[in-house]
Amino acid sequence: MRNVLLPVGAIAVALLLFGFIVSFAGVSPVEVWVLLFKGAFGDWYSWQNTLQRAAPLMLAALCVAIPARAGLVVIGGEGALVLGGLACAALAHAVPLPSSLPGTVAICMAGALAGGLWVALAGWLRQYRGINETISSLLLAYVAIGLFKHLVEGPLRDPASLNKPSTPALDEGLLIGTIAGSDVHWGLVIGVVVCVVAGLWLRLTPSGFAVRVVGGNPRAAQLVGLPATRLVVLACALGGAAAGLAGAIEVAAVHTSANAALIAGYGYAGILVSFMARHHPLAVIPVAILFGGFGAAGSLLQRRLGLPDASVLLLQGIAFVLILASEALRDTDWKAWFAKLTRVPSDGPAPQGEKA
Amino acid sequence: MTADQLIIFLSGIVGGALRVGVPFLFVSLGECLTEKSGRINLGLEGVLVLSAMTAFGASYLSGSPWLGVLAGAVAGALLATLHGLLCSLPRVNDVATGIALMLLGMGLAFYLGKPLIQPQAPQLPALSLGGWSDSPAVRSALEVNALLPLGLLMAVLLWWAFANTRLGLLVRLAGDSANATRALGYSVSGIRIAATAAGGFIAGLGGASLTLFYPGSWNEGISSGQGLIAVALVIFARWSPLRCVGAALLFGGAGAIGPALQSVGIGWGYHLFNIVPYVLTLLILVITCRPGVVVPGSPGELSSTR
Repeated sequence: MRNVLLPVGAIAVALLLFGFIVSFAGVSPVEVWVLLFKGAFGDWYSWQNTLQRAAPLMLAALCVAIPARAGLVVIGGEGALVLGGLACAALAHAVPLPSSLPGTVAICMAGALAGGLWVALAGWLRQYRGINETISSLLLAYVAIGLFKHLVEGPLRDPASLNKPSTPALDEGLLIGTIAGSDVHWGLVIGVVVCVVAGLWLRLTPSGFAVRVVGGNPRAAQLVGLPATRLVVLACALGGAAAGLAGAIEVAAVHTSANAALIAGYGYAGILVSFMARHHPLAVIPVAILFGGFGAAGSLLQRRLGLPDASVLLLQGIAFVLILASEALRDTDWKAWFAKLTRVPSDGPAPQGEKA
Repeated sequence: MTADQLIIFLSGIVGGALRVGVPFLFVSLGECLTEKSGRINLGLEGVLVLSAMTAFGASYLSGSPWLGVLAGAVAGALLATLHGLLCSLPRVNDVATGIALMLLGMGLAFYLGKPLIQPQAPQLPALSLGGWSDSPAVRSALEVNALLPLGLLMAVLLWWAFANTRLGLLVRLAGDSANATRALGYSVSGIRIAATAAGGFIAGLGGASLTLFYPGSWNEGISSGQGLIAVALVIFARWSPLRCVGAALLFGGAGAIGPALQSVGIGWGYHLFNIVPYVLTLLILVITCRPGVVVPGSPGELSSTR
């Protein structure tokens, strides 16, 4: 119960605070809240926009969630995502692929492989060299973005792309289409399926359980002889593969070629999604849809109220801080708290927990 | 490469080290102080961006770059205080909070800084140290940031204070053994919040030097991970403020290779040379870290090195 109530409360407070901050820009908070809801979930058009954004968010969040279950804080999903998109475009450019489903599967696998290897490197560096994976994964993300820009503006550039350097556009047959009767592409289905599979893997299989043991109690894992190193690298590789897949899907379904538009911050938003879902792959799905909705509503806020495009980033930042802070309330014994409150109705502030 | 080009290239590197290294210096000193108290602040990236925006805005509105510097430092201290307070709550992890503050700092800065992208704010004066040379390239390379002497002074001061003052000892005590600190009757949280806030103040000076000296304008790509590189840089400097100076200049120089090559007409691989600092950081981490062994000089309570 608390797993749901605390994040929902945190989001509610974040929305209140956000409304308060934007009211300084001379905008009515109520209008902002209404537009946020309308832009995200108001009608079928908004829903399509929301779901399109949710697809890469889910996969990028898995890049945080799966390593987190093995006890790692990996925040370099953006790098894996970008490289995944690049690998997808590069494979289609270098090898003549069949313009049909097998070709699409091949480019998606290329993206997943590139992302998986990239994040596995961060896990490997931690296990073999003792390097903090949070720092190394983020540095690797900057390296990946540099490589991406170098290759897209250099060797892999399509000479026809003048103002906006891009790789050659993917063949029509390789693209990921939309689900019948909507603008939402099949990437959403892939994202949901991967989240479900990841959740089932962690819950039901021996290797998934072993990963959770390594993350939950490294000492116990060592005592029962689990191959911790292999499991940690595996968890990183799977997480990275999810983010790489996200990049490949973005290229194959949205951008049709690898270009700078791919560097849109999904990797960073994925961190927030994963933390709010408490690193549960199944919980990632609704949280990703919620934040996809905020992203979709952002352009509406910009158009209708003239708010800066960064207002969504601000909302995300506030939400993230409050979600983490709400963890402090997890141990509060609410019944005792309310009992105390009703017994002494007017006497001073509520008792504060002893600071550790 | 002719001798002239070599001079231009080398002075480009030295000038870059001095120019790009100054923000690195302040952020790494701030991180060093924070980590000495036993806490890691990944949110310094957010602190850097927010203070860069605040400094630029304050300088633009007040007309005085020095007021801008002060405003930037105060903004940095405020955001870092938030980090310190949040981390003192039970069950709140400092690494995760740092990531959240990185997002929050960037969100606040981009949101409030939107109207500041166009205008030009009064800049900090430059100190000309290159008067002895005839070469214009050397002269322009040695136009150094007026905040550089302050940074060097601060490094020495921090080094001296850690070794010789009661306050410095308290910070190190909180960083090495929380239990010993409690036993002596001091508040571990209090010391850490104060150290984090002071670290944010120092890092804020780095943000100010970004928008008020080099590159000297505000945009949303003003900091690309300098705040995080600083975390690795502190490990490289083994938590010594004096070694932070050398490390910061080294990283500034590494970041200047791309632009320096461009200035002699080699445009190839611009983005590749821009990733040199990140690769260098990773290499340094590979060399200095050992699995299962605590890095020498690291504060005992630090979560990132265990």
